[in-house]
Amino acid sequence: MTTLKELSHKEELLTGGHRLCAGCGASIAVRSILLAADAPVVSGVATGCLEVSTTIYPYTAWRTSLIHNAFENCAATVTGVETAYRSLKKQGKLPADRELRFAAFGGDGSSYDIGFQSLSGALERGHKFVYVCYNNEAYMNTGIQRSGATPLGTWTTTTPVGAAHTGKEEHHKDLTFVAAAHDIPYVAQASVSHPRDLINKAEKAFQANGPAFLNVLAPCPRGWRHESNLTVEVAKTAVETKIWPLYEIENGEWKLNNRPKKDRPIEEYFAMQGRYKHLTAPANAEIVEAYKKEVARKWSRLMRMCGEKE
Amino acid sequence: MPTTVAITGNSAIAIAMRQINPDVVAVYPITPQTSAVEEFSDYVAQGKVTTELINVESEHSAMSACVGASAAGARVLTATSSQGLALMWEVLYIASASRLPIVMYNSNRTLSGPINIHCDHSDSMGARDSGWIQIYSETAQEAYDNMIQAVRISENFDVLLPSMVMMDGFITSHALDRVDILSDDDVKGFVGEHKPAYTMLDPEHPITVGPFDGIGGFYFEYKKAQTEAMHRAFDVIEQVGKEFEQLSGRAQPIIEEYRLEDAERAIVVIGSTAGTAKDVVDDLRSKGEKVGLLKIRLFRPFPTKRIKDALKHLNAVGVMDRADSIGGMGAPVYMEIRSALYNLDTRPIVQGYVYGLGGRDVGKTDVLKAFDDLAEVQHAGEPSDIVKYIGLKE
Repeated sequence: MTTLKELSHKEELLTGGHRLCAGCGASIAVRSILLAADAPVVSGVATGCLEVSTTIYPYTAWRTSLIHNAFENCAATVTGVETAYRSLKKQGKLPADRELRFAAFGGDGSSYDIGFQSLSGALERGHKFVYVCYNNEAYMNTGIQRSGATPLGTWTTTTPVGAAHTGKEEHHKDLTFVAAAHDIPYVAQASVSHPRDLINKAEKAFQANGPAFLNVLAPCPRGWRHESNLTVEVAKTAVETKIWPLYEIENGEWKLNNRPKKDRPIEEYFAMQGRYKHLTAPANAEIVEAYKKEVARKWSRLMRMCGEKE
Repeated sequence: MPTTVAITGNSAIAIAMRQINPDVVAVYPITPQTSAVEEFSDYVAQGKVTTELINVESEHSAMSACVGASAAGARVLTATSSQGLALMWEVLYIASASRLPIVMYNSNRTLSGPINIHCDHSDSMGARDSGWIQIYSETAQEAYDNMIQAVRISENFDVLLPSMVMMDGFITSHALDRVDILSDDDVKGFVGEHKPAYTMLDPEHPITVGPFDGIGGFYFEYKKAQTEAMHRAFDVIEQVGKEFEQLSGRAQPIIEEYRLEDAERAIVVIGSTAGTAKDVVDDLRSKGEKVGLLKIRLFRPFPTKRIKDALKHLNAVGVMDRADSIGGMGAPVYMEIRSALYNLDTRPIVQGYVYGLGGRDVGKTDVLKAFDDLAEVQHAGEPSDIVKYIGLKE
């Protein structure tokens, strides 16, 4: 486990000058994760905020080799790169001492929805790569539309709030569980608010002997409707209200990494974000109850899986 | 030493792939390409190639992984057909824009719906704008020859565009035919070492592939550059063809002109039907009719000048298309032939015929119908703007 001091001396692999919004959770996640690699990284990125903002021709913010292919095939694309590396190395067409790590970055749109198949296939085939989902709970790049990661009751531009409907009417997928169901060596849920935890997890992910999956909560000030300096605070609240638990699954062993000391009310989380402002209305109390019930249900389930007592 | 064998078109492709011995193959099965993939998988299992085979979970992922592997500097082959090619559609454009020399066998099968596993050219015709070099094979021999040449064509630094090599699904892919296979050493020597134009795997020189092109960007110029590469491909294809002819003894014409020189009317066709049509030409010739055939082998880049030169002296040209463009003025090949001849001071009458969709069998009688109709059209002095159908159940 690298110390913070050691990490602070490492070269930043995502340079400044990119066009992501001030306060964007995605850039925090990517910078932290790239610091954790124990060898040079070769990355892939799906179409989305991260891609369009960091690779505006003729500039690129990436000090690693990067490939952008399309929206739903980042995982498949990186497995192609990784396989080429193995093939060329095996044949002696690359120096035998060239160690590389492979990472694929996709938003929740790409990972939960349109790129779900590509992700699943890549995990099933057992390629040695780290898949990072930077999760801002909607299709942010195209204008804050709902995704399979958007929680119940959330306002988005395709699940708006009106007389007939109130935000998203379905619970979201649990992609972390889905990844775990592929029985890959390393799966973890992390947050930009807990950088030490995130970097530890990224280190383990890069060292895993097979596919690794990181689901990283990365708030979007624009889409979540909060001030751009509150990204970390909002993510921290998600963790402390048990909405976004921090846990990992190492070779099938489930481990809870963070146990909130106090039971922060979920209303505090909603109060920080404009995308939930409609939930203060008494008419929407049922939605709040359903949301809380779901958080509690998933927390209990997670406790059981991790062998923890509630 | 070459060997003469009786094998299917798919087997010929599998053998070509084995001899090319690519670094990576990412592939998904689909009828009628499957047996080529299965046979290649056998070679992998037997350790006869050093290829890393990725059995992906869809054709979209197959082409995506091919793009990744090729961008990483690997020599990459793949194969598909019909719905698979259609599923890859967006990635085809990305592959050619990324200037990746991926070579793909496409077993021509019609596009659903209705779902039909038999031959027509709707799949590859649908991809004709994607920036891929397109080479059509009449026989299993041609498919074998084309697959090997495609590697050299695509990887040439004046080109750097992906290629797709077609043969008719089932008709050629699954029928036994005589094929002369080159020796492993000959093929290895012919394709040579892959020297990629770029690689992502050098940490000293990281690159970004597929960046974002903004409104003030260079998309338009980039597309022009691809077009220029396509134009440069003509000379490369001919040069590679000449080298291959020296090696194999088989000429590799971009277009095949069959008894065209003194013909008055001729049919233009792609694929296995050319074989049938040549027989019909011979029959008609023996009756004194001045007929000929133009078989198109290279469709992209479209050999406008060569086609113009080959057809300009004719009175009438009948273009047989094994695909259609619903709502278009006509079917793909017909439209391009017509356009190619438009600027001639004296130009042949051009009549379009759609045939063989969904694997509808095409025999000598059907091709004869085209020649006979063309004779009437020639006699009447004007074609019908409406494309005619051959082989419909009526």
